[in-house]
Amino acid sequence: MKQDYLVLENLVKIFESGKNALVAVDSVNVKVKEGELVTLLGPSGCGKTTTLRMIAGFEIPTSGKIFIDGKEVSMIPPNQRPTTMVFQNYALFPHMTVFENIAYGLKVRKETSMNVKEKTEKIINLVGLEGLNKRSPAHLSGGQQQRVSLARSLIMEPKVLLLDEPLSNLDAKLRISTRLEIRKLQQRIGITSVYVTHDQEEAMTLSDRVVIMNEGKIQQIGTPQEIYAYPNNYFVADFIGKANFLPGKVIKVLSSKKVEIEVKGCKFAIALYNKTFKAGEEILLLIRPEAVDLLPKKPQSIAGIIQQIIYLGSHLVYEIKVDDCIVTVEISNPLSQKSYSAGEEVSLCLKEESLHILPYEEIKK
Amino acid sequence: MSKLQREVNEIIGNLKLIWKEPLLLISIIAIFYFLLVFVAFPIFQVFKNSIFINKQLDFSNYLAIFSKRYYFQPFFNSMILGISTATVGTVVGFIFAYALTRTPIPFKNFFRVIATFPIISPPFVVALAAILLFGRSGVLAPYLSQIIGKYSIYGLGGLIIVETIAYSPTAFLTLFGILQAVDPALEEASMDLGASRAKVFSSITLPLTTPGIASAWLLVFIQSMADFGNPMVISGNYRVLSVQAFLQITGMYDLPRGSTLAILLLVPTLIAFFIQKYWVSRKSYVTVTGKPTGATIKRLEWYIKAPVYFCCVFFAAMVFLFYGMIIYGSFQTLWGVNSTLTLRNYIQTFQVGKDYLMDSLTLSTIATPITGVFGMFLAFLIIRKKFIGRGVMEFVSMLTFAVPGTVVGIGYILAFNVKSNLFPVVLTGTAWIIITLLIFRNMPVGIRSGIAALQQIDPSIEEASTDLGADSATTFRKITLPMIAPAFFSGLAYSFVKAMTAISAVIFVVSGKWNLITIAVLGFVDNARYAQAAAMSMILISIVLIALGIIQLVVNRIGKGTRSISLVG
Repeated sequence: MKQDYLVLENLVKIFESGKNALVAVDSVNVKVKEGELVTLLGPSGCGKTTTLRMIAGFEIPTSGKIFIDGKEVSMIPPNQRPTTMVFQNYALFPHMTVFENIAYGLKVRKETSMNVKEKTEKIINLVGLEGLNKRSPAHLSGGQQQRVSLARSLIMEPKVLLLDEPLSNLDAKLRISTRLEIRKLQQRIGITSVYVTHDQEEAMTLSDRVVIMNEGKIQQIGTPQEIYAYPNNYFVADFIGKANFLPGKVIKVLSSKKVEIEVKGCKFAIALYNKTFKAGEEILLLIRPEAVDLLPKKPQSIAGIIQQIIYLGSHLVYEIKVDDCIVTVEISNPLSQKSYSAGEEVSLCLKEESLHILPYEEIKK
Repeated sequence: MSKLQREVNEIIGNLKLIWKEPLLLISIIAIFYFLLVFVAFPIFQVFKNSIFINKQLDFSNYLAIFSKRYYFQPFFNSMILGISTATVGTVVGFIFAYALTRTPIPFKNFFRVIATFPIISPPFVVALAAILLFGRSGVLAPYLSQIIGKYSIYGLGGLIIVETIAYSPTAFLTLFGILQAVDPALEEASMDLGASRAKVFSSITLPLTTPGIASAWLLVFIQSMADFGNPMVISGNYRVLSVQAFLQITGMYDLPRGSTLAILLLVPTLIAFFIQKYWVSRKSYVTVTGKPTGATIKRLEWYIKAPVYFCCVFFAAMVFLFYGMIIYGSFQTLWGVNSTLTLRNYIQTFQVGKDYLMDSLTLSTIATPITGVFGMFLAFLIIRKKFIGRGVMEFVSMLTFAVPGTVVGIGYILAFNVKSNLFPVVLTGTAWIIITLLIFRNMPVGIRSGIAALQQIDPSIEEASTDLGADSATTFRKITLPMIAPAFFSGLAYSFVKAMTAISAVIFVVSGKWNLITIAVLGFVDNARYAQAAAMSMILISIVLIALGIIQLVVNRIGKGTRSISLVG
């Protein structure tokens, strides 16, 4: 398996509009292994789609290079690149049938009609569109259209498959089943894929690795576990999952992998991950809502007043005011635990092994 | 990296991409060449001819024109005519558009057809009808002179009436689109907040449509200034620029002075065009997408309905009266002398005019598909491709729309009656000069319908094709063209109508060998053989209607296959 199958090297894209220049993509470096599915994740306008369109060839990088399988492709027009794309709105050709849509690329490539027929039938079975050959795209459901679009891209056997928010036009339930299908199909074929989405849950469930982007810059690259448990900065921690932040200070460096911190008068020993902190440095303590237990108020602890209780069946959510911060706590299996009522004072019992610290940043509300 | 460097890089990058598609590159270069030779060069020649005498820079043409009333009067006359027609035409167009979008007027389709019908008729037919009705031996002339006393239909008054009928459809179409796109919910909201009918109209409807009204006014102004057929027939002693330029050249063989008059005609129309395109249209609050907004309750008070309905009915009656007169006149034995009905005119004109008719049909049939394909391809390049000079390409191709036919016609004589470095073939006297003139005169309409159609199609559909390995040419042929087919065919229909009814520019380039039916009709009018002229106009209108019917059938058939466009795009 090749390690650097798709390489984005210092990719920059600047859009000029009149006097203003918008830096859409800023020094992006990514290496994708062969057969890997990498997701570009970020809020809208973070440059993820522009990055994808540069890989496809629809945008020319302002600077930087793109390599696929060792060959530079930055200046190759999209029709000659070994990439195919699944478009957000599918972009099916409205005047062609399902079969014609899927066979289009092969016909353009001038493959023999025997070949075209055989391959198309095969891929139609693979994505489960049997019997719909002669339908026009307008007469398909959203999910079926999505599969035609996927089949149309896969049939070209691209070196890299690009997916631009392919599930955003489906309803919630279908989205969940389709993303599993896509993942299974991708692993079965072993095709290198780049997937763009703004839905963090989608990114977590689908990807081998996730690239988190904001304002054109990469914030973090890592496996779903890494980005959830060990985010690089406040943006990533806040963007992925639910998060509470309490400001604090490093008081002692215990070892190269452990520091002692103080938050609201309490001390914790925190394991470090790929980062070092100095004594005296201000930090943010990241507390995931599931990493807290509630106890009746006791001295020498982080304590607060319960403001709001939300019952969600499988778990219970407490919003607790700790000084001027609101800490959200999730208690799973609520029936087995002591319950509290609004206005009650409680102590937060933090599970040390699940805590993570970040460089200090102003918290945006 | 500086901004300049980035821009240079971007340009180089785009160039490299185009370089990899030689076919695209060649077509872009070819199109630039054609636009240069057949659009820019002739206009430049007119300009050059007006300021160079014996290859010396000399403004004596302009000095002469501004010193003699005989020469500068036409300029003011044209302006007065243009301003009056634009004002009256816009009012009529607005009333019709308002009636059809905001009132429950019965027979909507009927009124819509009436309001647009004059577009498909040759420009001078309305003037011809006016003569038949109100001329010296006009059918209604005795009654009218009893009411208003002595009058003459020849002159400014007649011209305004005739051009209003001929060009208010332009205003109507512009305003109909705009009014349809203004969400009636806005007006309902205003009323809901306590505004009266009058307040709704003055505070919501009117401000929202103001850019559209300005647009319509300017477009009618351009058309009126450029009109040649109607003034030729009915202007009498009221001299206007287009006719004077023509007479200078064909009557006095004075090309420089004719060119100078043409430039005087060109300047105001170009200014109007620029204001319309680059200023008014940017101020628009609504985007005309072709998708009508939801229906609304149209309960209106009688004092609004009554005048609006009256105007519509009155204008519809005028249209009926004028075109009905053409039909009636075409069956008269000898206009004004013997009004026995006869078919002789048709037989005669068919015998005399057969060659003209065949020439018109042949040349239009050759020019139309080329115009259509060329227009669509240009629209595709302008909307979907990035290359240096794209803005220039759009500008030049739209220019022919604003340039009066008279100017173009004079330009073609000047540009193609000798060999030049740009174009080493003499075209004058051949069929080709007429065909190219028709193509480049009518192309803007094709481009505009193409642009409108393309803007409604998601670009990712074409990107998908490129992504799957197709080059630009294949994508255009297999994806773009089938999807814009309906627009393509309506563009074709319009080009054909325009080609068949063209007169102002082609009158300069016809020859003994190749002549056109419109010019033959004008000849009959000139000789006061009105019955024959009416018969020939009828034949022309029938052919145009038949052609439109055929194209409509084709569009309907194609439309069935591609109805999904609106669903996906």
